[in-house]
Amino acid sequence: MAKYEVPELESHRDIPSLAPGAMAESNPYPAAPEHQEALGFPGELVDDWHDRAIGKFGELLDRSRSLRVYMDACVKCGACTDKCHYFLGTGDPNNMPVARQDLMRSVYRRYFTLSGKLFPGLVGARDLTEEVLDEWYRYFHQCSQCRRCSVYCPYGIDTAEISMAAREILDAVGKGQKYCNEILGKVHKIGNNLGLPEPALVDTLEGIEEDIEDETGVKVRLPVDEEGADILLVTPSADFFAEPHVDGLIGYAKVFHQAGVSWTLSSYASEAANFAMFIGSYEQMQEVAKRIRKAAEDLGVKRIIVGECGHAWRVAYSFWNTLVGPFDFLDPNYPVPQHICEFTYDLIQQGKLNLDKSANDHMTLTFHDSCNVARGSRMGAEPGGQFHIPRAIIKACCNNFVDMADDTIHENTFCCGGGGGLLTDDLMELRVKGSVPRMDALKQVHEDHGVTHMAAICAICKSQFAKVMPEYGFEMDAIVSLHQLVSNAIVLDGQGQEDEEDGHADMADENG
Amino acid sequence: MPVLTVIFALLLYAATLVLAVGLVLKIVSYARTPAPLKIPTMPAPTTRSGVAWRLAREVALFESLFKSNKWTWLFGWVFHAALLLVLVRHLRYFTEPVWGWVALAQPFGIYAGFAMLAGLAALWGRRLLVERIRYISGPSDHLMLALLIGIAASGLAMKYVAPTDIVALKLFILGLIYFDWQPLPADPALLAHLFMVAVLMIVFPFSKLLHGVGVLFSPTRNQVDNARERRHVAPWAAKLEGGGD
Repeated sequence: MAKYEVPELESHRDIPSLAPGAMAESNPYPAAPEHQEALGFPGELVDDWHDRAIGKFGELLDRSRSLRVYMDACVKCGACTDKCHYFLGTGDPNNMPVARQDLMRSVYRRYFTLSGKLFPGLVGARDLTEEVLDEWYRYFHQCSQCRRCSVYCPYGIDTAEISMAAREILDAVGKGQKYCNEILGKVHKIGNNLGLPEPALVDTLEGIEEDIEDETGVKVRLPVDEEGADILLVTPSADFFAEPHVDGLIGYAKVFHQAGVSWTLSSYASEAANFAMFIGSYEQMQEVAKRIRKAAEDLGVKRIIVGECGHAWRVAYSFWNTLVGPFDFLDPNYPVPQHICEFTYDLIQQGKLNLDKSANDHMTLTFHDSCNVARGSRMGAEPGGQFHIPRAIIKACCNNFVDMADDTIHENTFCCGGGGGLLTDDLMELRVKGSVPRMDALKQVHEDHGVTHMAAICAICKSQFAKVMPEYGFEMDAIVSLHQLVSNAIVLDGQGQEDEEDGHADMADENG
Repeated sequence: MPVLTVIFALLLYAATLVLAVGLVLKIVSYARTPAPLKIPTMPAPTTRSGVAWRLAREVALFESLFKSNKWTWLFGWVFHAALLLVLVRHLRYFTEPVWGWVALAQPFGIYAGFAMLAGLAALWGRRLLVERIRYISGPSDHLMLALLIGIAASGLAMKYVAPTDIVALKLFILGLIYFDWQPLPADPALLAHLFMVAVLMIVFPFSKLLHGVGVLFSPTRNQVDNARERRHVAPWAAKLEGGGD
């Protein structure tokens, strides 16, 4: 792979001029036959791929109103053309949402509309060839399904829906992507994206318990498979070992401990992530979600709480009830599911957490709204709670908080650059360039307000930022988990006797 | 009856039929295709009335487009608002006696004709001059603008350059409505105007003009944010469940 240039950050970024073909070589590893077949997809490109692809396309048009309407409704007004982080970072015109959609819309017109059958040249209709299929594979794996374009489209056309459909067709003809499909196989087989088996999970959690006791002098438990617990916590498996994710997990554990509730993880459903959303497969998404429902039933819990994970929270909040509901066996006094931020926020509102903000004084924070939380879900009772609640928690735990520019937060937030099934090393150039708009905004608050750290509530965002931030001169640990801040600030009952010497000497580093 | 009148009468009947049947079929296909999951672009309203208000803002004010780009919004909104006024003005050809509010709107309809032309010209200028928009524009996008500009220009020409016999025109149109055909004035501007309007009506159900109904069926805009409270199972998805459990 040729080495690419890392863009310079800018305080005001001009919309790039078009660079056709700039990302034409971006081509993620294809799924091996065993990854494909484990999900019921053909192992490799089938001989009758053309007819099967068109057949699948027609089936999806009948199954999904969004696809049907979005194929027709676009007027090419251009409202979306400067809204995609991958376009802003690469200048490749196929990364303008409308152009990305048109890769598929042109085929739709040829096979499913009268005008495209009669006057293909006039309306931009084209035959589905192997080159077109290849182009789909490349450019529908340059969409992180962040839905930012859908905010600005006058008809709400959501490119995520279209890229999900494209990936579904690609899977159906045997042209799947390795990263997503291999991971889904692991979830079906073992229960989490990492393929972490139960003994390893138990071992890891015991290690974390020891660390917490060493640090605080308080025994905080991280139970697994505890039948009869009130709460099942489902969290992305990255929380079990990766930095800064694990610091967030410690934060959840301390909050549960302090709230005095009984909770448990499940080794059977040890994963909140549901990569089936990325490949657009309803059936796969349902299968993965079923594990969580089954775990909740088997353990006899009363509530389900989801940890810090963006797309998982979208699937949980927006889709679980439909996919595997109703959850009428759970306590009806609580929403199903609940986000860990909702849980922590409620405790803060009730004054049940003793938070020492000065514990985070070595940081000045900003908050990255994760796209799937911001534009695909909600927290709390009111629209917009997904913006307000995480910030309220940060402010309750930290003295220094500054928001980034308005057009880069809340529903206008920029993707981290690694969402939607693209968090793989074979797409590194795309990931680095796609993070540019977010990095611009971060650099701005770093320079203007001395921001040192950015908090996030998504495992993909955290992993992505830890990887790409050093490319832009930030320290990799300038990305923190939101519940890491809670963990720092929370004063546990019984903590503090032998805690005096802990003066936070380990000041976090400045960004360069 | 002059041949010209017969040709245009049949053309306009055909155009009306294609528009009506085509739109109904499209609307039925949109309405019957299930939306299997809740995908409103958040933050979204939590009630049906909230959704109605969101859609009303989208249809009347182009709220999302306003967020995106103020110039496109301005040109697009001016064009659509002007088109509405122009259509209102044209109601005088379809009603006898002319409704009071239609009579009141007449002078605005004339200004709107110019505003419509200006809006269309600005939209086309943008399409030609902005590199990104030029890249995504196909022949049909340019032709659609040419058609609309042709309609607006021929209409204004009849007002200011080559007036047509609007009394006879009204008799012709009322004749179409009541199936009592009357002769059509054979002015070139009028014939061109009517022909282009008929073309527009015919292409409507087969083109991007469907955005007019599409916005109402867009799940990201018309869904209520209540996924935790209510299940939302599509008929085909219910069948999967029936087989699986």
